[in-house]
Amino acid sequence: MANKYWESFSKGIIKENPVLRLVLGTCPTLAVTTAAFNGLGMGVAATFVLVCSNIVISLLRKCIPDKVRLPAYIVVIAGFTTIVQMLVKAFLPAIDSALGIYLPLIVVNCIILGRAEALAGKNTVGLSALDGLGMGVGFTAALIVMGSIREFLGNGTVFGWPEGGLIPPIAIFVLPAGGFFVFGMLIWIANRLSTKLEQNSARKELSSEVCAACPMAGSCHGEVTDHD
Amino acid sequence: MEHPLLVSSSPHLHCGMSTRHIMRDVIIALVPALIASVWLFGPRALAVELVCVAAAMAAEYLSRIVMKRPHTVGDLSCIVTGLLLAFNLPSTIPLWQAAFGAVVAIVVAKQMFGGLGQNFVNPALVGRIVLIGSFPAEMGNWETPLAWLGGVDATTTATPLAQLKENGDALFDPLEMLLGIRGGCLGETCIIALVIGGIYLMARHIIRPLIPITYIATVFVLTWILGENPVAHVLSGGLMIGAIFMATDYATCPINRGGKFVYAIGCGLLTVLIRVYGSLPEGVSFAIVIMNILTPLIEKVVRPRVFGSGKAVAK
Repeated sequence: MANKYWESFSKGIIKENPVLRLVLGTCPTLAVTTAAFNGLGMGVAATFVLVCSNIVISLLRKCIPDKVRLPAYIVVIAGFTTIVQMLVKAFLPAIDSALGIYLPLIVVNCIILGRAEALAGKNTVGLSALDGLGMGVGFTAALIVMGSIREFLGNGTVFGWPEGGLIPPIAIFVLPAGGFFVFGMLIWIANRLSTKLEQNSARKELSSEVCAACPMAGSCHGEVTDHD
Repeated sequence: MEHPLLVSSSPHLHCGMSTRHIMRDVIIALVPALIASVWLFGPRALAVELVCVAAAMAAEYLSRIVMKRPHTVGDLSCIVTGLLLAFNLPSTIPLWQAAFGAVVAIVVAKQMFGGLGQNFVNPALVGRIVLIGSFPAEMGNWETPLAWLGGVDATTTATPLAQLKENGDALFDPLEMLLGIRGGCLGETCIIALVIGGIYLMARHIIRPLIPITYIATVFVLTWILGENPVAHVLSGGLMIGAIFMATDYATCPINRGGKFVYAIGCGLLTVLIRVYGSLPEGVSFAIVIMNILTPLIEKVVRPRVFGSGKAVAK
């Protein structure tokens, strides 16, 4: 039972990372990751909205008629987005000006509506909350990694440190072209990681079931070749 | 005969021409411009060229190892890319930036898409555009030609195109323009050297004259119609090197004549639009890259009708 909850939380981090594996929410990803701190701000704001809206939508899943579910989801998401926007404006004006229009645009973020549609509308509150948290952590992690790479290469700093910059800046990395390039590279790495993980787990299953009965078990060292 | 009945797949006759031969001829064609660049900009030009070629070769070698593919340094195409990139840089550029551009050209524009023949844009131009985006100040720092002979420490000058943009006309002497005594990138200034290289390539049937001539003629006619100085436009900037050496890249231009014609006119049109109406003084590299990207679409339109299929053409 605990396994199911762990699974619904952890899948958002690598295996179904919303940005790098599902390729959702690419608009804020490309736009705000010119600096690592902006990525962090965007990630935390979206995670808050994601968890809260997942919980509320999951609570209301039996009351919302199927035909009008999308408008109903949007109303819930918009409510939380407005709260976040007001909070950020009041307490973190620097982040507010850096994120600009992308903060209110969390309302139409594909990740949030996607999770509401795919999961929260059909599952229990606990699962939905954990799924939202996992997806949010995955989103935030991807944004921070991408923001750090772009800020380091394009500005010489990470999270604004050190003052002068460590390396001479290569401006193209903070321009949209560099954003697309780094995004592509990260998707490639995430794909490699996740296929590796899947292969490993498949290999474990295989070896426990098959190798016991196989006469060649001693000579192949448990290596599973591709054509298997 | 050792194998009286040798069974092999086609082609059975080979003309002996290989990628290596073609690239060797292109390198030979680039030598006049190389000599001119060293004459105009001094040993510093040679340093930039060596760094670009070395970085391109190293990037090609290492990326093939990483991708576990057979080595392709031997086909010499990476040397052409490195040399063309160096010809598109100012002589004052920091050497590490030149190397960065060469690595981007080979790794990002060429090897990531599968190597020679699979690249959808000209690698050297991608390197140049990435450098313009990354280091706009260093990429616009033009050294006065022949300053190294006079013992003057690199004095900077404006390119004729920048003058055209600002004053509406450039103070230029056609003979100096032909010899390349003007501000500009290493290999683009000496028109005579570039034309000699182009004629060599055409004589060796490496390139056909259609694309260079259509491209240059389009720029000439359009700038004339728009009331600019057509001679200045044709002789300045990267038009000559672009039209002769970059727009004719096999992998990124259309195959048949109709396609090549459309492609070259598009290059000329975009070049003039960027030069006359855009915010940048020079548009050859962007024009060629945009037309490279449009090449698959052009090919679709000009695809010849398969004999016996579709509607017959009435004669």
